[in-house]
Order: sequence, then C-alpha cells, then structure tokens
Amino acid sequence: MSTQPTLFSPALAARFDKLVTLYPIRRSALVPMLLYAQDEVGYLSDPVIAEIAERVGATELEVRNVISYYSLLRTKPAGKYHVQVCTNISCMLRGGNEILDHCKKKLGIPNKGVTSDGLFSLEEVECIGACSWAPAAQVNYDFHENLTPESIDKVLAEYRTKSEKGAAK
Amino acid sequence: MATLSTHPDCVPIVSYRFGKGATNIDKYIELDGYQAARKAIALGPDGIIAEMKASNLRGRGGAGFPTGLKWSFVPKQSDKPKYVLVNGDESEPGTCKDRLIFEQDPHAVIEGTIIAGLSIQAKMGFIYLRGEYRYLLEITERAVADAYAKGFLGKNIFGSGLDFDIVTQTGAGAYEVGEESALMESLEGKRGIPRIRPPFPAVVGLYGGPTIINNAETIATVPHVFRLGGAEYAKIGTERNGGTRLFCLSGHIERPGVYELPMGYNLRKMIYEVGGGIPGGKKLKAVVPGGASTPALTADEIDIGMDFDQLGKAGSMLGSGGVVVLDETTCMVEFALRTMKFYAHESCGWCIPCREGTDWLKKSLTRLHEGGAVDKDIDNIRYLAENMLGRTFCPLGDAAAMPTIAFVKKFRKEFEDHLDGKGCPHHHAQEPEIALV
Repeated sequence: MSTQPTLFSPALAARFDKLVTLYPIRRSALVPMLLYAQDEVGYLSDPVIAEIAERVGATELEVRNVISYYSLLRTKPAGKYHVQVCTNISCMLRGGNEILDHCKKKLGIPNKGVTSDGLFSLEEVECIGACSWAPAAQVNYDFHENLTPESIDKVLAEYRTKSEKGAAK
Repeated sequence: MATLSTHPDCVPIVSYRFGKGATNIDKYIELDGYQAARKAIALGPDGIIAEMKASNLRGRGGAGFPTGLKWSFVPKQSDKPKYVLVNGDESEPGTCKDRLIFEQDPHAVIEGTIIAGLSIQAKMGFIYLRGEYRYLLEITERAVADAYAKGFLGKNIFGSGLDFDIVTQTGAGAYEVGEESALMESLEGKRGIPRIRPPFPAVVGLYGGPTIINNAETIATVPHVFRLGGAEYAKIGTERNGGTRLFCLSGHIERPGVYELPMGYNLRKMIYEVGGGIPGGKKLKAVVPGGASTPALTADEIDIGMDFDQLGKAGSMLGSGGVVVLDETTCMVEFALRTMKFYAHESCGWCIPCREGTDWLKKSLTRLHEGGAVDKDIDNIRYLAENMLGRTFCPLGDAAAMPTIAFVKKFRKEFEDHLDGKGCPHHHAQEPEIALV
C-alpha cells in the first residue's frame, strides 16, 4: 500500500500501513482509520472512503454503512473548531442547555451549523464523560469543564486567537 | 484534566497511584507496579481464578457479574485463539470514572489485561476507548509502548516463556458499543449491532474465539486484588460485593467529583457528607444511583448501602457508579425526556421494540412536557416502557425502559401536573425540537 498514491500525509499513511497488520483481520482497523483520516482531512470525502475501503479490503458501501453508525464520523466538513456541548442529564442539571443557547447566539449558528468563515461549528452532543465537572463541552478533542457563559466566551475567543496566529494544528 | 476528589471516608485502592505520576512506567514500578502480573504468572490460570473469586470483585460496567466466575467460563481447550477485551467505551450518562483511570494510571489497565489474559491462556488483548477520549488513547498508547520496551508485553513476558500482545483501539461515538457484543462488532470493523446470545463471548467472542470482556475499572482493579490478596480485598466491601468503587457524584451537589468509596457505602452519607449536600439548602427530590439507565430513588429511599444487592432489592441497580443528584426544582418530566432523547439517539435500530419504543417515548414525553398530552398518555408511557422490557437483543431497550417506568411510578403527580394543556410548571421549558404527534 505504501507504494500506492495516497490522500494522506506520509506519517498517516505509514500509520495506516502498520495499523492493518496489528489485528487478526485488516477490517478491524476500519473505525480508527476513519477517525484518524477525518482528523487529518476534515471529513470523510468520497476519495477518502475509497482509499480506506481498499486499505481494509471492504467495499465502499460497507465503509459507508459503518460511517453512518458512528456519531463522530462525518461526510461533510465541520468548522476548524468543532464545539460540542453536552446537554445530557448531569450537564442539563448544571446549565448545559444555557451553555448551548449561549454558543448559538455567540456564534450566530444553530445546532449542527458552521460559521460562514468556517472557523466554528456547533453541535449538541450526548454524554462526553465529564459529568462530575459539568457543564462541559469538547472543542475538537479538548475538554472544557465547569463552564459558565463567561468561561465559554473565553474558550471561544482563545480558539479564535489561536487561529489568527496561525498556530493552530 | 480530570482529578480525583477525596474525603476522609475514601479508601484508595484503584486510586492508590492517582496523582503520583504513575503514567510514567518507572514510577508505576516504584509503586509496586507489575508485581501483580509476576504473582499471577507464578499462580497460573487456576490460581488466578481462585484469587479473583476470593476477591468478590464484580463487574463495574453495570451488571455486577462476579469477575472470577466470568473468567472461569472460558473453556481451557479452544481451537481458536482466545482474547481479552477491555471496555473503555465509557458513555453511560453520569459516569466519568474510566477517564480518571486512563489519565492517572494506564499501566493498571495494562497489567490487569495481562492478568486476565494469563487466566485464560490468551495471547492477545484489546483496550477499547471511546473516540471522544482521544487524549487518553495517546496516554494509553504510550504506556503500552513503554510496557513493550520493558519486556512486560510481547514475546516471553517477564521472562516467563509466555507471549502477550495488547492493541489499543478507538471507537468513534456510539453508546451502544459499550454493550459487550456490539463492542466486539465494532472491533471487527462493523456497525455496533448486538449479537444474539447464547453463545456467550466466553465461548464464542471476538473473531469467533473465547473472549473475556470486562469494564476498564474492573480490569484496573485486578492488579490491586493481587497486590492486597483476594481475601483482603473482599474484606473492604460488603458481603458478596468486594472492594471499593469509583463513584461519580454529579448534578445538584455541593462538591461533585469522583470519589473512591467502599462498596455498600451509605447513599445519604455519600450525598450529604462526601458530596457536601445540596447547594442553596434546597431539598433532595431524587437520585439516579448508577447512571442514566438505573431507576431513580426518591428522597425517602436514600438510606441504603451502595452495593449491587442492596440496590437490586430496592428495585434499582448500582450500575456504572454514576450518582446523579436532583434537587426539588428539577422537573421530572423534563429529566425523563432528556434521558429518553439520549436512548432514542443511541438506539442502534436493530430491534423494533427499542428503535420504535424509544422514539415513541421521546415523542410522548415531549408532548407531555409541552402541555399537549391527555390523561391516558401517562399510562401509555408506562405501558410502552413495560413492553420494551426483556424484548430486545441487548440491554439498551431495558436501559431506556427501566428508568422511565420508575419516573412514572414514583413521580406520577408531577406527570399529572403537566396535563390539561398546562405544560411544564417549572420555568425552563425547552424549545420544541420535534413536531407534536
């Protein structure tokens, strides 16, 4: 595979080459591979799906069937910073809905929306495992906990600055 | 960063190495790390299982099945390779304990996986983490690499002549994958749809081979069982409920946090002493004792020891250790609705009672909360939930139904207060997200 043309960076392609060898069957690498590809490319585009299908020895349809099951996987681009606000029970009791509403207003987008500059997207999510530090949100994979409307403002502002400085990953 | 909360009643067993830099393998070794695996090698499979049985350790994922017994079900002879699968797909609402374990003591999970593998003579283990826990995957991958470098994993582990490999795996967002058979499907690169049982995973599991599947907290406890001795470990808890567990206090509580307390610890004390009571001097209305799927207890039912048997007797479950506290201002219909919205979202759709039941319950609860319900709807909600019980491939249907039945039974008056077009008597009604039926 490594000699074939690939859509991924050399580091990720090498990681994928190794990943399929770790399991008794290549197909076991599918879910992680989809997530890592999405992290690099931004979403699971048609060519990405085709390459991954080939790498694990599945059909594109089988891969799409798996993608549609997992809530983190997406076939359309999200914002550079994907803001995921938990409103499940523990967060709800401590103001999770208010944090979500605040983000909608602040970013000017509805749930599952993307800002026009592509910087932020917003999603109401189910429990992210931060119940004892509620209310909580994840921006990409980073946890932000014990939130208040003021503290989430600060969080969003920091990501905006990070992007402007061009220091973002 | 997730940190452990403490109280004088806490007993640090699983959390023995938390906050001590034990992600570093040398620090872990300095704190008696990887001694348990050496002991286990010396004991051999039968000795390991005997020690586990003596510990009275029961599954921390929710069902509370005795761990030693579970391991003993794996057949000694098998044509297919055997596997250990660690369930770190923590996603039961109210539960955030596995995060602490992987963040503070990943080697305990690795060592526990090795011991589980030794008990059934498996050569391979998988540690599955939910996709949202990316930073924990990185911590765990580093720990696994360090264990390989020391010769604790790979060929001839600890110079024993035995081989054992560990592969870390990430999910990609799915509550259902926390169910053992769906977990195996996901690890095989498929949608997380549950398998019918029997055969049970101990006989036909991952890739068709006999498989031990345990919750991450259970596995992280295993080295401590060998560190202390099974019988000593059992003494910490109550009868048939060995040891401690990580309780996650959340909701309307003064000091939310994850606390390690002995099994059987009194719930009232947990709320009022460990957790510091309810903010603003408000009264308690209800407690969800073990994650969203466990039936709520009323304020009159909290004089109870938090173990599997006592909660079972009280018509609830110890579940995953997520203790969610609700004060008197909580709208129980809204709470029931939010719980059901979750299950409707997470139902995999494989079997009809769960797929349709959760969706109709969500619609009915929404209508009730918004004031469009008629008298009959309350009984219909209960009837629908009761008819999901036991009629699905996996426990997700039960997980959605059980709390709903308890909410209607125990808080019926609140449900009735939403009738006659009144809607929610509490202030924070949500904007409707789905069309009324």
